[in-house]
This record gives sequence, C-alpha cells and structure tokens, in this order.
Amino acid sequence: MEREEKALDQHKAPIYEALQNFRQMRVVPFDVPGHKRGRGNPELTEFLGKQCVSIDVNSMKPLDNLCHPVSVIREAELLAADAFGAADAFLMVGGTTSSVQSMVLSTCKRGDKIILPRNVHRSVINALVLCGAVPVYVNPEVDNRLGISLGMQREQVARAISENPDAVAVLVNNPTYYGICSDLRAIVKMAHDAGMYCLADEAHGTHFYFGEGMPVSAMAAGADMAAVSMHKSGGSLTQSSLLLIGPNMNTGYVRQIINLTQTTSGSYLLMSSLDISRRNLVLRGKEVFAKVVEMANYAREEINAIGGYYAFGEELVNGDSIFAFDPIKLSVHTRDIGLAGIEVYDILRDEYDIQIEFGDIGNILAYLSIGDRSQELERLVSALAEIRRRYQRDSSGLLNQEYINPKVVVSPQEAFYANKKSVPLRESEGCVCSEFVMCYPPGIPILAPGEQITGEILDYIEYAKDKGCSMTGPEDPEILYLNVLE
Amino acid sequence: MDLWFSEFHAPDVKHSLRVTRHLYSEKSDYQQIDIFDTPEFGRVLALDGNVMLTERDEFIYDEMITHVPMAVHPSIRDVLVIGAGDGGVVRELARYEQVRQIDLVEMDPQVVRACRTYLPENASRLDDSRVHIYYDNALRYIRRCKDQYDLIIVDSTDPFGPSEGYFTREFYGICYNALRGDGIMVNQQGSPFYLHDAEAMTRSHKRIVSTFPISRVYQAHIPTYAAGYWLFGFASKKYHPIEDLNAEKWLSLNLRTEYYTTKLHKGAFYLPAFLERMLREVE
Repeated sequence: MEREEKALDQHKAPIYEALQNFRQMRVVPFDVPGHKRGRGNPELTEFLGKQCVSIDVNSMKPLDNLCHPVSVIREAELLAADAFGAADAFLMVGGTTSSVQSMVLSTCKRGDKIILPRNVHRSVINALVLCGAVPVYVNPEVDNRLGISLGMQREQVARAISENPDAVAVLVNNPTYYGICSDLRAIVKMAHDAGMYCLADEAHGTHFYFGEGMPVSAMAAGADMAAVSMHKSGGSLTQSSLLLIGPNMNTGYVRQIINLTQTTSGSYLLMSSLDISRRNLVLRGKEVFAKVVEMANYAREEINAIGGYYAFGEELVNGDSIFAFDPIKLSVHTRDIGLAGIEVYDILRDEYDIQIEFGDIGNILAYLSIGDRSQELERLVSALAEIRRRYQRDSSGLLNQEYINPKVVVSPQEAFYANKKSVPLRESEGCVCSEFVMCYPPGIPILAPGEQITGEILDYIEYAKDKGCSMTGPEDPEILYLNVLE
Repeated sequence: MDLWFSEFHAPDVKHSLRVTRHLYSEKSDYQQIDIFDTPEFGRVLALDGNVMLTERDEFIYDEMITHVPMAVHPSIRDVLVIGAGDGGVVRELARYEQVRQIDLVEMDPQVVRACRTYLPENASRLDDSRVHIYYDNALRYIRRCKDQYDLIIVDSTDPFGPSEGYFTREFYGICYNALRGDGIMVNQQGSPFYLHDAEAMTRSHKRIVSTFPISRVYQAHIPTYAAGYWLFGFASKKYHPIEDLNAEKWLSLNLRTEYYTTKLHKGAFYLPAFLERMLREVE
C-alpha cells in the first residue's frame, strides 16, 4: 500500500535509524537480553565493542518485531523489495538456509514433486526432508575438462516438466557456486506455462541486482521466489539473508511459513546489517561491483598467464547449460599443475595465510566481493605462481570429477526417518542411503537420503577423503560407516 | 609555538618530536604522506603517521641495508630495490661503479615526487642513468622476473599497512625466483622489542627461513624507530654473510661511511640472547 502512495526513499535505513534513536533514549532495560547493553558481560563487551553490544536488544515497540513487523522492520522490508525489484521481501536471520527452506515449504507439501538440478545446496534437500516433497532431478550437463556440473539445459527442464506434469515447482541455482547460470527467463516461462512455481537459489547472486552487465536476476526474470545471501557478495553480517517474492505469492502465507522455524528473538545486529547493506548497494552497488568485475578479470588474466592454471570466465558461455557466467566469480581449474583443488586450497591456507572459499577435486574458488583490494589480489596471484613453482607435478592419476547420476529410490523424508542400520562404507554398495555425504564447502551432496549407493560413488568418497576434503553429513564423522535403509 | 608530532611505538609507548614547520601533507592513493621539520632530527618523512626517515639518522638504515650485502657478494651488477621511494638506498647503491642496473619498484609515485622536492639529498641519485623507476605493485612486478637480479633490497614500510604483502611467503618465494643462483635478498625486518613488532618479525623470519637456504638477522641502532633498535634480514642462496665477507675488497673501494664498517658488519650479526632464542624458535 505504502509503495503505491509514494516512491520509497532508498537513502533511508529505518532499522538503523531506529537503533540510533533508541541508543540516545538511554532506555533502562528490564527485559532480555540479560547482558544489559553489555554491562553483565565485560569480557564480551571488550571483545566485540560497546557500540555493538549496546544494540543487541530485544524486540520492542520502537524497534518493531520480526515475527509480525508493522513499523521499522516492515519499512526496511519494503525498501528491500523496492531495491531488488520484488513484490515483497523478508529479512531473514537464519542464513540463506532459512530462505531456501522457506521457498520450498511455501510451495511444496508432503508428496509433491519439485524439479531441481542435482547440484543444489544441502539446504534444499534438507527442506525436502522436513516437508516430504519428492525431488525430480534434472541431470546437469558436465564440463569434462573442468569436472564441474553446469546449469540446466532448457530441453532437459522441458522434458522433466512434461514427464512430471504434477510437479509443483522448479528450482534453479542462479548462479551455481562456480558462477554458472541457466537460462532463467526461459525456465520461468516453462514453469509458469505448466502451472508451476519457479524458485531461485541466489545464495551467490546478490550482485546480479546491482551490478551492470550481470546475468539476469531472479526477480527480473519473473521467478516467484528468490533466496538471496546478502552476507555473501552484498556485505551484510554472516547469517543475514533476504527472501524475495514475486506477485504470484501471498505475503501473509509466506510469513506464516517463515515463522514456523524462525527465531522469535531476531538479532538487531543482523537486521541492521541488512538494512545498511541494502542502502549501500542501492547507492553505490553499480560502481562498487564494476570495480570487483575489473579485479576479477585482472586476476583471471594474471592467473592464466602463470601457466598450468585455468581461471575460467565468460568464454565458456554456450547459450544453454552455461547461459551466462557471473563475472565476479574467480574459479580456477588446478588439475593441470598436478594438484587437486583441495590441495591448492590447503597449501594457500597453511603456507601462505590465504583463505579461499573452497577447493574441490579439480578447482578452487576465490570469493571476490565489495571488500576486496588489489594488493590482496596480488598476493593471491603470486601465491598461486609460487605453488606452481614449488609443487607442480604430473597430473596423470588425478581423478577428474564427474557427475554421478543419482538414483532416487525413496523420498528424502522417508529415507531420513526410516529404520536404518550402520554398515562399513565399502559394504554399503547397493543399499539405499539414509543420510547426506558431501564435501563442505561447496556443500553439494554426493549422496542424499533416499539415493542408492554405487561403487562409483564409494570410489569418489574415498578419493575425496584421501585428498583432504572436509566431508560432512553422516552420523559417523570419520565416514567409515554409512547409515542405510534396513 | 609548541607543536609536537607523536607516534605510538607500542600501545602504551609514544615517541614525540617537536615540529617547527609542517611542509607537506597529502593523501595519496595508498597512504597519508607528511614531511615536516624538527629541531633535533631535521626533516622528517612520515607515512600514515609513522616515521620513515629523518635527515639525522637515515644514514644508519640506508648504509646497513646496502653495504652489508655489497661487501659479501663479489660481483653485484643488477639490483632490484622495493619501496625506498625516498631514494636513500639508491643513493648508497649508486656509489658502486660495478652496479650497472638499479630497478626501483615503488607503488606510490607521490612519495617519490614529494621526496624529490623536500628531501633532495636522499633523492639525489634517482636520476642516475642506471636507475629505472617502476611504479607498480612489487608482487606483480617481481613474479614476472626469473634469474635476473644479484641483489634484492626490500625497503618497505612496516607490515601493518600497504606493505603487508612484502612480508609474506609468496613475496619471498617470488624474490627467490627472481634472483640468480648466487643472489642475496636483504629486507628491513622490523624491531624485536615490543610484542606486536616482535611477533611480526618472527613471522617473517620464519617465512624467509623456509624459502632461502641461508637466512640470518642483523641489527642496528636507529633512534627514531621503535625501541631505537632495528633488524635486517640477510637471505641468500649461496653466500654466508660473515664467512663470505670480503673486507679487503670493500675497503679498497674507499667508500666513506658514517655507520657501516667491515668490523661492525660482523658484529651486527651477533645478537642478544633473547633475540637468538626468539629466532631459534621459528627456525
């Protein structure tokens, strides 16, 4: 309503302003949190700073309430919706995991089918465990040289839709962790023509809404919901996120879904960081992301000049499974210097004090964002040159990561809650897995609950463990045993 | 007028100089540059509020970072100098006829411009025909070089500012790669006295030790630097800083110095017990 009456002023940051006013009021706290502006926890106050702990406060009238926002939080949400070109927006404090889960829970019920690529984040399949929906996987195309899963091809999505006309939604990564985008506009149209919702996991796509020359954003493409990690490329605090919706969704119902699992004590540190970051992106995003793109392009050129490494970019674009490439993603293929990505990742951290986002079997990803400077980039490029000089070896014998076509036997929920037994890894071949196995990051499952375990998958798990990937998911942290259906 | 410049040498220690005239104050793309006159130390260059050099005591630093490697390596011809935009190190190097090329890589052209104007004595040899100035990030410059220098002098600011990248393992690695098979790298290594400095010093020493077969630390007394006590790193592929010192040859060059002598050269490598222990822990 307010949006129609007058154009919103994107210079405003209502939560931030309310907190500033609140601080000046010097209100006496006889409510939670019990640290009482930090006085009750001097060590924490010293560590985090007085500024910070003094706004770690509870919901109250002048500061609104995240569960049922009517004043400053609501204004911040409407400003965010306006900034992202969405019909409405929700501030999220449980990470983009909670945004993704809210998308799935808002559109799928027990037994409903959802069409999605297999290289989704674990949070998507977790949501299926919660609600009982059944995944229909679209096999992504694989780049054999790089060993990474690409986007969904239009034809494959069309086939999945026609084979599963009763599916309720299509979920798309926009982009993947490696920066690869599917043809989102076409997929939205196909989904809508078939009466399905289109959901976008934009955990890595905040900048699509603000930078120039970026792949299309979910809201611009007409998607119904998008989970946007403001804390990744957008600069807000870790664990803060946005859920955006298009005009086909019911705001009140989505809010009810969010409130099923969201805390009733939303952190004002997180909410104010979303508010301030949104304002910053609107006012300065275009210019800032132009610089980030320039840095990423420079780094790609320099890394490719070292030899052996392949920092890939938009030359991969093929109009379908790589419909667009996110220009700020700095993904580097390392296999040709004879090192697995995870090995380069470990060397960078252990020997060069450089922490990158992740390394998998064949690639590393350095995350560039609004906080980067050229001097750190020079360190990264130089360290990669040094790693090549010191460690380069023959690359034969290195596994090329390949897409393993999953065989879904039962729904994730059924498998997760079924009677199960623990068996030694190698003896699990042929059984149906009841838990996740993944390298984290990137957090894309190798096995998800309800999928059949094959020899090929077991080889892959053992290889990844051997190379030092941080494996998570199973009950047994050593991954010597797997839980399988009885 | 009672105008004082103060600099924290440690969180609870301040060093102050009386200022008679503030001559230059500009913010470049990289740092805040100030030049001012003081009664005791003469003209002073400060970057981001830290004293880089004073007219009165710069000779100690510039002589010790230059003459020590020059007296060890028998035939230094090609030299790379990192930072040092004031020109003091280049001035010392230019005194050697055997040196045929001095490449200076400084990221901030504004430092060079300011020093040419206000510290002409330091900058006096920047126009020597053997000197080539490259305004570039040193990591970017050096990683393109291989087997082409006999000596690299790293005259950077401290490791907590824009020069942080010059105290890293990747930096020492690309320097190693840029040096010839008998090359030497000398760097300013900070102070071992205050905790914060000592930690940075041992960290960078550890990285040099893991990169070069020979790595030694030597000392000098520099009044305007933290604790008045400063260290340099001598890292080398072949020559030992004391065993390979050729004092006779150096003396035959007849270079007049104010601080460096070939006797002091040896003495500078004999370190106090606490420092020996500190270094041994990371070696």
